Formats: sequence, structure tokens, C-alpha cells
Amino acid sequence: METRVRILFLTLVAGMMLATSGCSSLPFFGKKQDTGTAEAPEQVIEPEVERRDIVKPKIDTEDFEIGGFAGIMSVEDFGASPVVGATLAYHFSEALFAEAAIGRTDTEETSFERLSGAAQLLTDDERQFTYYNASVGWNLFPGEAFFGRDRAFNQSLYLIGGLGSTRFGGDDLFTINFGAGYRLLFNDVFALRVDFRDHVFDSDLLGESETVHNLTGHIGFSFFF
Amino acid sequence: MKPALRSILIILSLFAASALHAKEYREVSVADPYIEMRTGPGKGYPITYVAERGENVEIIRRKTDWFKVRNDRGREGWVNIVQMEQTLDAAGETTEFERVGRDEFLQRRWETGILTGDFSGADTVSIYGGYSISRNLSVEVWGSQLIGNFSTGWLGTVAVVHETWPEWRISPYFTLGTGIVETSPKSTLVSTPDRSDQFAMVGAGARVYVTRRFVLRGEYKSYVVITSRDDNEEVEEWKLGFGFFF
Repeated sequence: METRVRILFLTLVAGMMLATSGCSSLPFFGKKQDTGTAEAPEQVIEPEVERRDIVKPKIDTEDFEIGGFAGIMSVEDFGASPVVGATLAYHFSEALFAEAAIGRTDTEETSFERLSGAAQLLTDDERQFTYYNASVGWNLFPGEAFFGRDRAFNQSLYLIGGLGSTRFGGDDLFTINFGAGYRLLFNDVFALRVDFRDHVFDSDLLGESETVHNLTGHIGFSFFF
Repeated sequence: MKPALRSILIILSLFAASALHAKEYREVSVADPYIEMRTGPGKGYPITYVAERGENVEIIRRKTDWFKVRNDRGREGWVNIVQMEQTLDAAGETTEFERVGRDEFLQRRWETGILTGDFSGADTVSIYGGYSISRNLSVEVWGSQLIGNFSTGWLGTVAVVHETWPEWRISPYFTLGTGIVETSPKSTLVSTPDRSDQFAMVGAGARVYVTRRFVLRGEYKSYVVITSRDDNEEVEEWKLGFGFFF
């Protein structure tokens, strides 16, 4: 009795397994054959020859230099105040580079405004001094600076000059700039820069038109890429 | 805890190793009797080492015409492109490096630059970007700032430029364009409303290839500003500046 039940149970299970496997495996079977024929030649022929690929790795070029700076800008008649800015340069050769720069400072009150107490020559917006320029720089006296016994850093002085525009006192002013700077390279890509420049424009802000000199000194870091 | 820590350490060290090995440098072998390795990328820096014929060096980076190389023993130095071009690459052929010259200038696609000059009495600073469709024809977009004694303004131009003889040392070009000029009076003067007018422009100029990616450029442009008043205004402009191409 027990064996008969067991046989019945087993045949039932076998039947179910056949039915499910038959249903599910039949469509798969065709597919498997397809992939089987496609894979077959790959397994049979295995290339033993190792090809030597001559892929030339790209050489990193570091002709661009991006940087930021902070310092002091003395705006004629409007006091000296902190200036911040950014630069982007392209180095044509070891000696020559072109640089675009933007900078901004909030000027102070003139001594007249301070002494008179109430009179305000400019609104807060007009007091903002924003400039941009494009300049050409020339690396002068390249050499090495020695720190202690084991360390030497490359450095150079540079002369720089160019032109651009300044927005100040509600006006745009055609501005030329010139000066000199110092670049100290900590490694091949990271540098410290100290820069002194004069920004010159003609302004009639205080009545008569006059040539105005605005001296700037700033320190910054730059990155070659 | 300990095995977990160890596996983390192993994974970390694997990452570090792969990071160290990820950078693959181009290797060349010295074919000249020797190449001179300097302490910096410039002809003024002292030579501290010479790599002899047959020695292999890796090229780590390039700055203008100078290459930082490292030999098998870890010695590093900067070598000039003239000497680098005498080395042999992995296939045993003379190594070639990208050198920007006149040919690249003639085949340039993009060009950008800055010019300055005079726009009918006002100072002007112009920035431009150009795209070459063919060796002769290019399209340019200009943005100019006008800084005059009585008014300031902006000028935006779209122009077609025809470079008639591109292979000439001083290569002339002709240009035709249109755009919008916006002027506003100086703040120190009595205020009159800002003006925005359309204009048509015709001009001529010349390019001179200097070195590497550097071009000198000068031009003259004549504008007809279509004003809302009875008369159209004619304005002359000349500018000088430089550009670079890539």
C-alpha cells in the first residue's frame, strides 16, 4: 500500500517536472543551439600570437596657466582696498606668454567725502572697481631658488603689459596696465605669483579729465594644465 | 574584524598600486651620442645629466618646447624638442612631436583673440572667435566695448571673412557683417536715453603668422548704423591686436 502510494507520488512529481521543464526548456533549446554554434569557433581557434600594440601614450602638455590672486589696490583719490581676481595664461614659449585677467575691488571714500561728512560722490554700485585686461608677458632672468640644502625651485621674473577696460564710477574706462612680477614654481604644475602693476586710465570723475594711476600689488597661486 | 580590516587594506593597496601604474608614459631611446637634461624648461637652466645613446627615457610632461624625461635610474630633467626629435620610438622610428607651425596655421579651425583701436574717436577693445569653413572662408563673432569721451557702449557683430591668399606671409582678408550697437552717455554728463541700433559692416584687414599659435592682426572696418533718425550714421574703425588659433 505504502509503496503504491510512493510510486503514484513519484510518477506525479516526474510528470509535473517533465511538463514544466518541457514548457520552459523547449523555447530555450532553440536559442541555446544558436549561441552554441556562434561560440563554437571561438573556442576551437584560440590565437596564441600576442600582438604588440603600439599605442603612443599622450604626453601631458602644460602650456595653460590658471590662477587666482588677492592683494591691495590703490585707486587714486579713493583709498587703498583689498582686490581679488583671476587669471588665465597661455605660454607660447619659455619666454613669452599671453594672459587675460579680471579683478575687482570696493573703493573707499575720498578724503573730501570723509571730511565733509555728508556729501557722497558715488553710490555703492559706482564705488565698485572692476577691471579686465589682456596682456603679454615676458619671462626675464629664469633661474633656481634654493631652499636649504636639498631643495631647488624654478623661478623667474616677468615683465607684463597690456590693455583692457575698467568699470568705475558708473563709467567704462579704457585702461592700459604694465608692471612686473615674480613666479616661483613649487613643482612642474603649481606656482606662487607675486605681481605689481599700474592700471592707467583717463577719468573726468572729479571734474577735469586727468590721467589716473592705480597701483596694485597682489599675491596668488596658479596651476599649469 | 581583523580579516575585514586586512581585506580593506589589501583593496586599498591594490587601488594605490593601480593608481601608480595607471599613468603610462611614452618611452623613447636616445639615438644621438647624447641628449642634455636640464633642471628646468628653458635654455638658461644648467645641464645636470646627459643620457647616452641607447638609453631609454620616459616622457613625463611637456611645457612649450621642453620635455621632462626620466631615465631607468630615475634621473629627471628637461630636454629641448630639437634633441627629442632625434630619439627613436618603440617601433625604432624617429619620434615625432606635435609642433605648431605655419602648416597648422593654414589648417586652423578655431581662432580667438583681442584687438584694440579707434572707433570714430572712441577707444575700442574687441574680443572675437572665428571658425574656418574652408581655407579661404570663415565665420566670426565679435564683441566690442566702446569707450568714448561722451558715451560708452557695446557692439556685437556676426561676420563672414574671406581670406583671399591664405598662403601669403601678410595675408589680406575682406569681411562683411551685421550686428547691433548699444550706446549710453557717460554718467558725468546730462542723461539721455540709451540707444540700440542695427548696423551693416564692410571691412578689410591682414593677418601675419608670428610663431606657434600666435597671429598678429590688423583691420579697418566701415559701419553704416541704421538709426531711427532721418540720417544713417557712418562710422570708421581701425584695430590692431593678436589672436591665437587651435
